[in-house]
Amino acid sequence: MQYFVQQLINGLTLGSIYGLIAIGYTMVYGIIGMINFAHGDIFMVGAFTALIVFLILSALFYSVPVVIALLIMMIVAMLLTSLYNWTIEKVAYRPLRGSFRLAPLITAIGMSIALSNFVQVTQGPRNKPIPPMVSKVYNIDGISVSLKQIIIVIVTALLLALFWYLVNKTSLGRAQRACEQDRKMAALLGVDVDRTISITFIMGASLAAVAGTLFLMYYGVVAFSDGFVPGVKAFTAAVLGGIGSLPGAVLGGLMIGFIESMWSAYFSIDYKDVAAFSILAIVLIFLPSGILGRPEVEKV
Amino acid sequence: MAVTVNPERDAVATPIQRALREAFYAGAIALGLFVLFIGLRTDQNMSNELILVQRWGLLAGVVIATAVGRFLYVGFAQPAMQRAKEDKAKAPAVVAEAGFVRRNFTKIGIGALLLYPIVIVLLVGFQGSLKWVDNFGIQILIYVMLAWGLNIVVGLAGLLDLGYVAFYAVGAYAYALLGTHYGLSFWILLPAAGCMAAFWGVLLGFPVLRLRGDYLAIVTLAFGEIIRLVLINWREVTNGSAGISGIPKVSFFGLMSFNVSDPNYIAKVLGIAQSGAYYKIFLYYLILALCLLTAFVTIRLRRLPVGRAWEALREDEIACRSLGINTTTTKLTAFATGAMFGGFAGSFFAARQGFVSPESFVFLESAIILAIVVLGGMGSLVGIAIAALVMIGGTEILRELDFLKAVFGPDFTPELYRMLLFGMAMVIVMLWKPRGFVGSREPTAFLKERRAVSSSFTKEGHG
Repeated sequence: MQYFVQQLINGLTLGSIYGLIAIGYTMVYGIIGMINFAHGDIFMVGAFTALIVFLILSALFYSVPVVIALLIMMIVAMLLTSLYNWTIEKVAYRPLRGSFRLAPLITAIGMSIALSNFVQVTQGPRNKPIPPMVSKVYNIDGISVSLKQIIIVIVTALLLALFWYLVNKTSLGRAQRACEQDRKMAALLGVDVDRTISITFIMGASLAAVAGTLFLMYYGVVAFSDGFVPGVKAFTAAVLGGIGSLPGAVLGGLMIGFIESMWSAYFSIDYKDVAAFSILAIVLIFLPSGILGRPEVEKV
Repeated sequence: MAVTVNPERDAVATPIQRALREAFYAGAIALGLFVLFIGLRTDQNMSNELILVQRWGLLAGVVIATAVGRFLYVGFAQPAMQRAKEDKAKAPAVVAEAGFVRRNFTKIGIGALLLYPIVIVLLVGFQGSLKWVDNFGIQILIYVMLAWGLNIVVGLAGLLDLGYVAFYAVGAYAYALLGTHYGLSFWILLPAAGCMAAFWGVLLGFPVLRLRGDYLAIVTLAFGEIIRLVLINWREVTNGSAGISGIPKVSFFGLMSFNVSDPNYIAKVLGIAQSGAYYKIFLYYLILALCLLTAFVTIRLRRLPVGRAWEALREDEIACRSLGINTTTTKLTAFATGAMFGGFAGSFFAARQGFVSPESFVFLESAIILAIVVLGGMGSLVGIAIAALVMIGGTEILRELDFLKAVFGPDFTPELYRMLLFGMAMVIVMLWKPRGFVGSREPTAFLKERRAVSSSFTKEGHG
């Protein structure tokens, strides 16, 4: 039982990170109907920015309180990563809007290749380890919960609450939902569609940047190629939850996190990704549009 | 980024003012993007701690280059292109008679491909030809074949497949395992690998029959990853990430061998000097033959009921179903046929390398193949071949550019920039030609006269 709860906590931590990335996929998909393949690498850029900010902070100051350091890392990472995603949308996706469906997918894949190789060229191909930032571990009833995990879950919960407020209660969120339902009609009613789409990309990138910072804090290491696997997992999570649905993305992220940690705990760690992908395939056979996704209604 | 500018301000500003403003914005954005990544570099010091190395000069250079580039583009290139467009619109429409080259492009292309190794050997001799035949000829042709195979699934049937490399892997491992353990010949295993890949194609096809669009994309991607992860982890059979080496070479149809130690080694039989180039040239013609087979089958299939069903499926699945076409078998045959060619290419790849490992079958390969299909203009065989030549040949040629070392100093390694440039080229080509290199399609069924259909009128399929 203790072992099980322990795995549950590990899965929750992992799932929070996946969920944060998955929201970026699902939002972009919801609003312009494309898979932003570069999103995984946006996450990696976020983690790398956090790493560089961490190094700057430790070079400039003798010691910085961890909370403040984390906050600064997150904010700088959010800003810079948003700038990246905003620029990518402007340069690579916007000119192809209204073109056929596979064109932006290909530019997204191209951007993903370009981004990871850009970081490789400028920062070198090695893994970049940092000294542990938070190392406290609490022991409750034989279950060990590290402070890192608590931070991850709390930050994720706070961000999700903020995000839920933004999407459901503000005019910006209303504009976003309008664009999602019918872009042309929203434009006719005075919604600045281009701006709304840009903001969607910025929001997705900010969440990915936070996920990247948390990832760096949790694992203490980042490399240029680290965008791909979490990116694919998060994308899987978004599809599993029903792409286009925001609660679905979080649910999918948590599910993938749980599947992974349970599978590695009880079966074999080698096949944890195989398990996650197989469950995705099985779920989609029975629910072709994901768990919370709306089935696509086809108009003839 | 022209969209950022308010159109009302555009009317007042002269082109140069506008260009200056745009250049300023571009420079500012570039500064923001690159300040941490180019301005600073994380390096390990002697005690393995990360330290930051400052490179502000390089940062300034990149930012200024971006701003100047944007200035030239907005100030000069854009107006020039605008003018050219207007001139073209004003000029009376002349229906250009297709030139000799254009009309006989396919024949000339095949002729050139057949003569290519001979020309290379004549130019640089047997020893020098190795690199050109192997790295350029064979490498590009493998991608042409893979892209033509994937074209059946994506271009003809309109099913988005992001895990095509899985079938390539199945073919490669089928030959590698059966060839090394049972000593079976390539000529038996080539069709066997094709069948096996086709079988896996059907296996993948079944669960995804009901899925559409992006759900299909992620499941095929997941399938590709599952195959790769199994290859890595099933160590007893596949030898894990270490891969399988010592895969037997292809024989000259069982008559002659390319192993120096064999009694029927080609040079001994024919009484000529020993050289590794014979094998490469033979492989070149082998993959060329396989490519032509793929093209031939694709062209023929398009005229058969099943090919027309694929294209109907791509255009409109509902209409297709209401006309009584069985979409299940149509989709499954598309997956199986596409996978079969992937399997052929895979077993050829294993024979050529003599070594396979899961490293060769990563998602990036699927992405490259898909990019070639889309950049070529989905469905057009010639366009896809051109795209493969440009993208693969272009990145291969970067390995050869030693003169760049003279420009950028001896530390400059062009290989490092290969994939960066590849990714950027994908974006630029797509922006420049959103419909691919050959954007029009030849209909297979027509009244009286065959007319090319602009691809703006065709759909790419959502299922």
